[in-house]
Amino acid sequence: MSTDLEPAGSRGAPADSRGALGTTAAAQASLHLGALTDEAITIIREVAAECENPVLLFSGGKDSAVLLHLALLAFAPARLPFPVMHVDTGHNFAEVIDYRDRFVAQTGVRLVVASVQASIDSGRVVEDTGPRASRNRLQSVTLLDAIAEHGFDAAFGGGRRDEDKARAKERILSFRDRQGRWDPRQQRPEPWGVLNARIRKGEHLRAFPLSNWTEVDIWNYIALHEVELPTIYYSHTRTVVERDGMLLSVGGPVVLEPGEEPFDAVVRYRTVGDASCTGAVESTASTVWDVIAEVAAARITERGATRADDTFSESAMEDRKREGYF
Amino acid sequence: MSTATAIAPRRTGQLGTLRIATAGSVDDGKSTLIGRLLHDTKTVFEDQLSAVVKASRRYGDGETNLALLTDGLRAEREQGITIDVAHRYFATTRRSFIVADTPGHAQYTRNMVTGASTADVAIVLVDARHGVVEQTRRHAFIATLLGVKGIVVAVNKMDLIDWDENEFTNIAKEVDEYVRALPTPVPVVAIPLSALLGDNVVDGSTHTPWYDGPPLLELLEEFDNQPRVEVGSRVHVQRVIRPQGGEFADFRGYAGVLAGGSLAVGDAVIVQPAGIRTTVAALHRAGKPVEVAEIGHALVVELADTVDVARGDVLVTADSTTAPGVGETVEADICWMIDQPLTVGSRWWFKHGSRTGRATVVAIDHRHDLATLDRAPTDQLGLNDLGHVRLHLSEPVVADRYVDNPDGGRLILIDEATNTTAAAAMVTSIAP
Repeated sequence: MSTDLEPAGSRGAPADSRGALGTTAAAQASLHLGALTDEAITIIREVAAECENPVLLFSGGKDSAVLLHLALLAFAPARLPFPVMHVDTGHNFAEVIDYRDRFVAQTGVRLVVASVQASIDSGRVVEDTGPRASRNRLQSVTLLDAIAEHGFDAAFGGGRRDEDKARAKERILSFRDRQGRWDPRQQRPEPWGVLNARIRKGEHLRAFPLSNWTEVDIWNYIALHEVELPTIYYSHTRTVVERDGMLLSVGGPVVLEPGEEPFDAVVRYRTVGDASCTGAVESTASTVWDVIAEVAAARITERGATRADDTFSESAMEDRKREGYF
Repeated sequence: MSTATAIAPRRTGQLGTLRIATAGSVDDGKSTLIGRLLHDTKTVFEDQLSAVVKASRRYGDGETNLALLTDGLRAEREQGITIDVAHRYFATTRRSFIVADTPGHAQYTRNMVTGASTADVAIVLVDARHGVVEQTRRHAFIATLLGVKGIVVAVNKMDLIDWDENEFTNIAKEVDEYVRALPTPVPVVAIPLSALLGDNVVDGSTHTPWYDGPPLLELLEEFDNQPRVEVGSRVHVQRVIRPQGGEFADFRGYAGVLAGGSLAVGDAVIVQPAGIRTTVAALHRAGKPVEVAEIGHALVVELADTVDVARGDVLVTADSTTAPGVGETVEADICWMIDQPLTVGSRWWFKHGSRTGRATVVAIDHRHDLATLDRAPTDQLGLNDLGHVRLHLSEPVVADRYVDNPDGGRLILIDEATNTTAAAAMVTSIAP
């Protein structure tokens, strides 16, 4: 029997598909990507088996797209045995919501939406005001409330250790107490990656199957498996404003400050998050292979280049993670 | 002392990803060495480096402190120490690397165990001024017990002893002799280097004309991390895949990871512990049909016969010469990782592969004295102790000796009260 269990649906790779690297390096990269894929699928299966009610956090960004693709592979040809959840800040890129809804329709997964707007409306969180207000940090409350409301005992996230120095310290299966807090000084040992999923009621786990992946690994996977992404990951023309060295999209939640002049630029997004604090980068990379070449040559990290919230302070990510952030 | 070629024979084939762990005492320069490796392989991004330059000033370091590339927690930066393992990634044109930078403090040994447990090679740092200290020995011991395939002794801060060849040779010899006397010795290679200045890390050094080995990176690029002992196949079944409808209504596959050996379509296998024989009808990896699978692959296995297979079972090659042990009595080397001591008669959860159950401690044979290498009789093991124990399990496991097949010979113990992971255990024997 030679059944192809790969989930259907994606952007076609160009006919002349080839890696941006030479042959030896390409073979090396392929071996490495295979090992990362095995590791991620094994983690997803193990957490799904040990936990009663897991959920996969899906933002529509490239990491969660790869994570969901891997999860579908892990159980194919059976259906995904858990729902996916989008924590919706209300500050979205239209292309991302469009992509999310198409992906969900195509794959038939069950989608749960947790709304930051609803948290604001119900008084659970108070929104910052002013031209630079961001809802990014508010997501933690909405996320924890949704986890409690649905009784989720594990949440898969697309977090990668190479993204940030606090994430570099986190376990694959990361414990959260009843308040949803991460205590980086009291992490459970995780020898050999043998996953200990035991928790008490009210506590939960975060599972990071992509822990050992880098940005280039993600793109190599997207190329190999022809994973579809929101179009804003590829080069396009957009009206932007430059603020603190970042290009922020105009026309959405970003409020212009005095003296700021919008202009058209050829850009793409390296990450996709809350539209108020996610920056675009100037780029002409219009195919997955262009992006791989660009990422391989990048001299700035994806978060440094595109996230205003992480350049706030030295331990911005650690502080948010302690509060329950992704 | 092994030569560099003993640890890294030149190969023509494709080498897999190399997993590296640092080890050694506090302030021997582990994080600085990894920072140097990342920096000199051009893996550090400009914004990371400028953040490190800024932070170095804030914490009052004279020059750019490359250790801050891996010491990412606020408490670590404030104290200038490593508390928990940091994972970093880099690749050269020849190989991909996963680095676990582990803490040196004895109190964080469990985090060192986490980092070193998956490592192919341990880089044991020694401060050339202080020579071999207790933590050097402790970490070398743990690393060999966890099954690293080689130890690289990075004799660091050579610039501070004027690149003294005699001092270097003495340190190298002392570690080599210590490792040779361990229960599970591995090849040892020593390199004189300066993590701070970069000598013999990625590039060679003009200060060590007497050293004819390669710099650290070159050694790692050629390090042979193939399994030492070939065992038969072991698929730890994690889940039964049954779509129950549509195009795949009759499909029944067993999802699991190949934790030893290789497996091919047509192979005769035994479902253990039940002992049922059948044949592999099809294999899938990452959604694609494959003819042969290797260790570490995440598989869906279709079997020729309708047999009873459940989560926790193991599919094993039907070959008596490579058969695993099946039983409820397990002896194991153990790293104890919680404050509450391990005592005879105590009860824990265990997890081996995809099987979970209860474990009772039947006997504590001894504690390893890391300085003398004596096996000291004891009635309990405390935090960070290494010892040898006998466990009785509530259900049988299908296991290998850890030295024969680490993936099939490892288990963890979990504290019933707190749910925390209490021990890493490496099987030395399995009996009914």
